[in-house]
Amino acid sequence: MPIQVEHLTHTYLPGSPFSATAIHDITLTIEDGEFVGILGHTGSGKTTLVQHLNGLLKPTEGRVVIDGKDITRKGVSLLDVRRQVGLVFQYPEYQLFEETVAKDVAFGPKNMGLSKPEIDERVRWAIGQVGLEYEAVAECSPFELSGGQMRRVAIAGVLAMRPKTLILDEPTAGLDPRGRRSILGMISRLHAENHMTVLMVSHNMDDIASLATRLVVMSKGELIMTGVPREVFRQREILRAVGLGVPQGAELCHRLREAGYPVPEGLYTLSEARDAILRLAGRAVPDAETAAPRASETDPGVASSGTGAASAKAGEPAAAGPSADAPPAGDAPRAPETDPAGQPPAPDAPLSPAAPGKEANA
Amino acid sequence: MQAQTPIETDRVAYRYEEDGPLAVDHVSLSVRPGEMVAVLGHNGSGKSTLAKLMNALYLPTEGRVLVCGLDTAQEEHLWDVRRHAGMVFQNPDNQIVATVVREDVAFGLENLGVPQPEMIPRIEDALAAVRMIDFAAAAPHMLSGGQKQRVAVAGVLAMQPDVMILDEATAMLDPSGREEVFATVRKLNRDKGITVVWITHFMEEAALADRVVVLHQGHIEMDGTPREVFSQVERLKALGLDVPPMAELSGMLAAGGLALPAGILTVDDMVKELRACLSKSST
Amino acid sequence: MLKDITLGQYMPGNSVVHRLDPRTKIILTTVYIAMIFLVSSPVWYVVPLLYVTLAARVAGLSFRQMLKSVKPLRVLLILTFVLNLFFSGGTTVWVRWGILAVTREGVLLAVHFSMRLIFLVLGTSILTLTTSPVALSDGIEILLRPLRVVHFPAHELAMMMTIALRFIPTLIEETDKIMKAQQARGADFESGNLIARAKAMVPLLVPLFVSAFRRAGELAMAMEARCYHGGEGRTRLRILRFTREDAQASAVSLLALAVVIAGRALL
Repeated sequence: MPIQVEHLTHTYLPGSPFSATAIHDITLTIEDGEFVGILGHTGSGKTTLVQHLNGLLKPTEGRVVIDGKDITRKGVSLLDVRRQVGLVFQYPEYQLFEETVAKDVAFGPKNMGLSKPEIDERVRWAIGQVGLEYEAVAECSPFELSGGQMRRVAIAGVLAMRPKTLILDEPTAGLDPRGRRSILGMISRLHAENHMTVLMVSHNMDDIASLATRLVVMSKGELIMTGVPREVFRQREILRAVGLGVPQGAELCHRLREAGYPVPEGLYTLSEARDAILRLAGRAVPDAETAAPRASETDPGVASSGTGAASAKAGEPAAAGPSADAPPAGDAPRAPETDPAGQPPAPDAPLSPAAPGKEANA
Repeated sequence: MQAQTPIETDRVAYRYEEDGPLAVDHVSLSVRPGEMVAVLGHNGSGKSTLAKLMNALYLPTEGRVLVCGLDTAQEEHLWDVRRHAGMVFQNPDNQIVATVVREDVAFGLENLGVPQPEMIPRIEDALAAVRMIDFAAAAPHMLSGGQKQRVAVAGVLAMQPDVMILDEATAMLDPSGREEVFATVRKLNRDKGITVVWITHFMEEAALADRVVVLHQGHIEMDGTPREVFSQVERLKALGLDVPPMAELSGMLAAGGLALPAGILTVDDMVKELRACLSKSST
Repeated sequence: MLKDITLGQYMPGNSVVHRLDPRTKIILTTVYIAMIFLVSSPVWYVVPLLYVTLAARVAGLSFRQMLKSVKPLRVLLILTFVLNLFFSGGTTVWVRWGILAVTREGVLLAVHFSMRLIFLVLGTSILTLTTSPVALSDGIEILLRPLRVVHFPAHELAMMMTIALRFIPTLIEETDKIMKAQQARGADFESGNLIARAKAMVPLLVPLFVSAFRRAGELAMAMEARCYHGGEGRTRLRILRFTREDAQASAVSLLALAVVIAGRALL
């Protein structure tokens, strides 16, 4: 169910003195199963863009085609669109209204006109998906729950409509680290296990770097860049110009490169940075399996492509580094560079993990 | 800089309901004049409750809180305590009272009964200090979150407090808003010697304070300089808190056989230490 | 965006009318209302007509802006006109359809009451078009201050008005957001009969109320933290001062009132 956005422009209050163009001429295709991170400064048009994808906003110009159907045409059933594309707003807990959690989650399915057993089944499923225990919370008032739990209930309310695509607008805003990590873990599971297409709007680089298979960068209502995280994070200068940074791993690698060290481009996770630094220092690079990844670096796709650079060199003979420190327990330590001063390790290691829909957009 | 201890809590405890658990569990904390203390902890750690105890919005269930030597529990000190210890809250929308920026900054001064001619320069100074003077006549709802929080800071600043307590003042802002509010308050702390208690769950912010106090289940779990606190990566993780990525990387490098000096928090630190270390190992 | 729309009718400007002390404007509006009620026959509406025209011209308000303020009242106006036209009784019958009769007295009354309504709205909208809501609440507070003797909460009333004005844009924005969020869950606010529509409002109103209460609680705490303790011993940043312009405007208004009273006495 690809979502095609074609030359989308939206102007608020056109013709009035308050008229403002929120997004301008956006063209973008989202393929099934992608995890797209939408990045941008506040006011860059991220929220306006995603509100078009389920028909909440009507474009001033351009169109949105879902599964070959133009949803911006007159007479299209918006309920059908919303069944396909679920949208979780920023601070979604503020939309809860029912007496009990179960009733609130049932609101969407009920609006879809489903049968009672079907609704019940979906409510149970959705509450389970967001990591809450149905028996424990179903009959609670949503207003008795903690902030993080309320947010999960609100997300369950959207999931219960069983959308194929889930859009989340700043799902971790205002949460503490623990709440943030668990919401991100939950979203990651929805993507990996339920094969949902996920679009996540965020201004947190690190959150998005660890999850997304593709990034879309917006600034001042325009789409300025899209690509796999590795490609996007290479464009440090452009990102900084639009008020975004790069993950600290990428920043560190860049700074080391600037200082004249042969660190390959395109690294951004901490484990990649670690491997690069260990190579510089002539130490053994630990095995991908034994190296504990950062809690937030959970995306298996990213992790495996990150160690791609190391495995490309795995065939070379192993040699002990100059340091006496033993490499960490790993049955077959990867071959380190023999020259400690650092001959660049595989400068152009495979940097483009398979990610569909890479249409560039100026 | 005032010599008096701006905030001193003496085994202070607070519970919301009788028979309820202690939200703040016998905390003794002495904030030194002119320092910026970050209070770090996740939701439910008691950090917001502690903040409200420092401004007499809550009164201790047990123990006591002194603000510039004044006991917050004594009725007659109430307004003095609140003038000495100004407070900025989390939600930018829910603490601005007036429909014009300038008038909102005036709100506290009006409450204190400051004569009108004296108000005007104080408002202007406060707005200038948070770089919002150009928005003096603007309507608050037209401002960004970061700008609104700076107006809130100006509103407190105009009251000339000795200490400012910011209760998760950046939690609802975007990264640039967070940065601008933090930088503004840090500057007020450095330039005007205002003591700051910065309640947050963002470790990036805590890392830039003079001192970090980690609260957990209502009591102080860690207390020290950012370097001391953030180098304890495992302990922070066990508390459910974030660790600065560079501190974490430092740990990962150590596990990989490359031990760097303790206390690396920022990319700058890391670059510096690596340069030192790599130049040594290559020669 | 929705929140960018200016509140109420206020049209910022710098005319004499804009500059008048809000207290003057409130008092003169009251005088004007008295004048309308003192007009004894339709002919004498020429005085309020001249008065309103003059005020609107000085304030730089266009005919269209003035007309816009009457527009919401059109149903009431037509009703007033029709009812008076047919049901005023009277002896001089001009036209008759069955039981309905248009009499001379009916026409006069219909015109009279419609004029009264139109001029009431025109005059008061000059007040709201040229006075910011904040100034208005200031003026009301000070004018009502003497009533504190009988424990009338003048300060609290003004503070409530200020807070309401401050939060209206926030709540409008919030309504828009919650509405969209519920629509994303398939809520339908637009179709169905009256009962269905009223029921559809629950998912909008409950969150809105919950949020308004939360905001109120937080705001109260923030106000307390900034030493708010009611109107007692409070100073004000905005100080109202009467000027010569206020005196001049008052003179013009009293003159108009005198003409109307004279007209009433003469006829």
